[in-house]
Amino acid sequence: MSTFLKNARMHRSLMIGGVLTLLLLSVAVLSLFWTPWSPTAIDIANKLKGPSAKHWLGTDHLGRDVLSMLMSGSQISIIVGFLAVSVGLLVGVALGALASTYRGWVEELIMRMSDFSIAFPIIITAVLLTAILGPGTVNSILAIGIFNIPIFARITRGAANAAWAREYVMAAQTCGKGRLRITIEHVLPNISGALIVQATILFAVAILAEAALSFLGLGTQPPEPSWGKMLNNAQTFVGLAPHLAIFPGLAIALSVLGLNLIGDGLRDVLDPKLARAR
Amino acid sequence: MIAFLLRRIATFVATLAIASVVIFAALELLPGDPAQIMLGIDAPPDALEALQKKLGVDRPMVERYFTWIGGLVVGDMGESFTYVMPVSELIMTRLGVTLPLALLAALISVAIGVPVGLYAAANHKTPRDYGVMIFGQLGIAIPNFWFAILLVLVFSIYLGWFPAGGFPGWSAGFWPAIKALILPAFSLAIVEAAIFARISRSAVLDVLREDFVRTARAKGLSRKSTLVKHVLRNAMIPIITICGLELSSLLVGTIVIEQVFNIPGLGRLVFQSLTQLDLMVVKNLIMLLVALVVFINLVVDLLYAVIDPRLKHQGH
Amino acid sequence: MLQVKNLNITLAGATRDISIVKDVSFELDAGRSLGVVGESGSGKSMTALAVMGLLPGAIRASGSINLAGQELLSLSEQEMCSVRGNKVAMIFQEPMTSLNPVQTIGRQVAEPLTLHKGMTRAAARQEAIRLLDRVGIPDAARRLDVYPHQLSGGQRQRVMIAIALSCSPKVLVADEPTTALDVTVQRQILDLLRELVSETRMALIIISHDLGVIGEMVDEMLVMYGGNVVERGQADKIFSQPAHPYTSRLLEAIPRFGMSRSERLKTIPGTMPEIGSEMKSCIFAGRCDLVCAECLQAPPPFVSVDDAHVAACIKAGRVMETAQ
Repeated sequence: MSTFLKNARMHRSLMIGGVLTLLLLSVAVLSLFWTPWSPTAIDIANKLKGPSAKHWLGTDHLGRDVLSMLMSGSQISIIVGFLAVSVGLLVGVALGALASTYRGWVEELIMRMSDFSIAFPIIITAVLLTAILGPGTVNSILAIGIFNIPIFARITRGAANAAWAREYVMAAQTCGKGRLRITIEHVLPNISGALIVQATILFAVAILAEAALSFLGLGTQPPEPSWGKMLNNAQTFVGLAPHLAIFPGLAIALSVLGLNLIGDGLRDVLDPKLARAR
Repeated sequence: MIAFLLRRIATFVATLAIASVVIFAALELLPGDPAQIMLGIDAPPDALEALQKKLGVDRPMVERYFTWIGGLVVGDMGESFTYVMPVSELIMTRLGVTLPLALLAALISVAIGVPVGLYAAANHKTPRDYGVMIFGQLGIAIPNFWFAILLVLVFSIYLGWFPAGGFPGWSAGFWPAIKALILPAFSLAIVEAAIFARISRSAVLDVLREDFVRTARAKGLSRKSTLVKHVLRNAMIPIITICGLELSSLLVGTIVIEQVFNIPGLGRLVFQSLTQLDLMVVKNLIMLLVALVVFINLVVDLLYAVIDPRLKHQGH
Repeated sequence: MLQVKNLNITLAGATRDISIVKDVSFELDAGRSLGVVGESGSGKSMTALAVMGLLPGAIRASGSINLAGQELLSLSEQEMCSVRGNKVAMIFQEPMTSLNPVQTIGRQVAEPLTLHKGMTRAAARQEAIRLLDRVGIPDAARRLDVYPHQLSGGQRQRVMIAIALSCSPKVLVADEPTTALDVTVQRQILDLLRELVSETRMALIIISHDLGVIGEMVDEMLVMYGGNVVERGQADKIFSQPAHPYTSRLLEAIPRFGMSRSERLKTIPGTMPEIGSEMKSCIFAGRCDLVCAECLQAPPPFVSVDDAHVAACIKAGRVMETAQ
């Protein structure tokens, strides 16, 4: 009975998350070919208009169509999220796998490095990068990517160390395979579940962080539409045109919610032991 | 215990040392002459030369690094060229706004998040529990700066209860100052509260599965007393860890929220100095923020040892 | 003093109730001890938890558990709290995890005293020293302020016994108290329990999967199989002359001194029927070598083979003969 309830709940969160994420992806793909208006077309005569038949979600302070900007803005969120997670995944998993493969001082060094990284939260890294490179989308990708590295490294090492203690890995060792080869052939495939879950959740974190950095003016620069930037502009006119503030925020929240729900659902499916606590 | 303490403090110092090298090196990477960058291309030559001298551009890098660190140790952070005052003084003034804001937010988020999480755990698998979990999911999905704008929309623009932004300064009196910090603090706190609620809930559920909870019940303690006397302190161990992480993320969150509410704290100073390329301020400010984050983590580790006696006796 | 009558334990399921323990009855007088023996899943631990009123989740008990005139099953949760740890106490299988890791053992031993006896902290502390000393913790006064992780498994189990003993309970329930301990420590803990029973005149229910461990230290015995009592009687009688084929096979599975090396320990082939399976035949029929057509038609009644010695087997008499 209780397992049934749990399964229903789990599938529900996977389903809702899946629908939201699919929606996000299809909007981004659609916006590559079509948006109701050009997201950069300025029309001062029609500025700060509320939702109408012509502009479904209204217009901003320059008369640009909010829906079109939201649709195009999804591209940046997805690109930054994807690249930032990829950076973290590639470097982090490599480091974590090295640590677990060779143990000893290699592991010690990599883990101390990842402890150290706690000192540099995303925004602080982004500020530092902005001071060096000037603001831009690359900053967001780097800052979030760097932040992701130690997280992936830690997860990979933990899961890989557990895998190394398993019989099938010992069996591979008795066959005389090298440690690195065992890691690649046996350990990594077996911890991919945990990594997929983490990647999904960090994708959500990346979308949130990208929005924050663009909001602060450290990330994506105009005229490229981004959700964070839209909220920044909306802030000035929030009394006059509240719709400007509401829709981009909803877009961020729903995208993040969708990915988080998928992550939680996948964790239930792929790693029942971890899900037990929830 | 002493060995543990010493080890943690040594790690703390080492982390700070490495962080300072990273920050220093990163800003050294800036192409061109820092004095030129700070003053702009059409700066008068004598001003340029004066700043170059002050920055010590002509001296070797290692020497400049140690001059900086030596200054930091005695509280001398150099001088801001845009504000024409010592950076340390500037930072202290701004800290007087940011620290109360972060602490207020921390207080609110713990006061809401932890009880809500406990409530959910005590009502595990009931509609109340699911309600809390939905709140938790929404809380971590909503960007705090968006939530801040929504709060302004409702409580400043529609209801007019709180100012939409700005900070009158502590000299304006305690209440007007606090009033200006309430919306910013809530915008920061609600999101963190959602995280606290999730963590506290799962921490309590984990402890409730432990054998000693059954022992407590077998002694004749009611469910409620068991929760209060035996479960909570054990559940505190994971909760405190997250507290530390969240406190540092609150501190960093003030950078964003101060932008939204136009509050003259450290966060705004970061951006003002960044746009004006006041590198002296940027460098020291980042160092300070990093130091605070690392310090919070040190405190968390020490608290850990107080709560969990097993850590204290690790050396035995 | 403790009378359990027709105790049924069921798990409320979505479609039907699943029966975990069926019709368990026994009586236990002050100063006497009862061993409950069975494989894991036989329902022995559930029976113990039912006496404590600590059945987990959606599991419910019906029937009667009467402690010195007080019907425990009809008590409210609040009333039951004043019985638990006070009139009935329990110790558990895992001494390593059964103590709160962040409280000193002194506090944990004193807790029931302040709770049930209204003692002040200082008085409870004094009493805790006496209790720890009684259960054989050396230098008890100084050990009061140590944490569980600083003690060995055997010492932790002694602390658990001190906690259980603190309010001089009428009944002590010990669920596999020695399973997690070294063999030498097992003996000491069992000896301590036996001493305490004769000293305090409390009744002891000791639960084990290991007939050998408890067989010789209890007065009476209850053999459980698949949620049912299959044999009940005086321990020495059951030991020397089991009347149920299951008990008899269990006894054969105990290693003995003087066994020749070539002699293999006997095992019982097959597995216990799953919990909740409705049995229209003898529950042991599937693993019994005495099985006949009659065994498959209906669950057997209790057959009285001796004074207060019963077995749920229609061939009880034959089993006893072969055992001799």
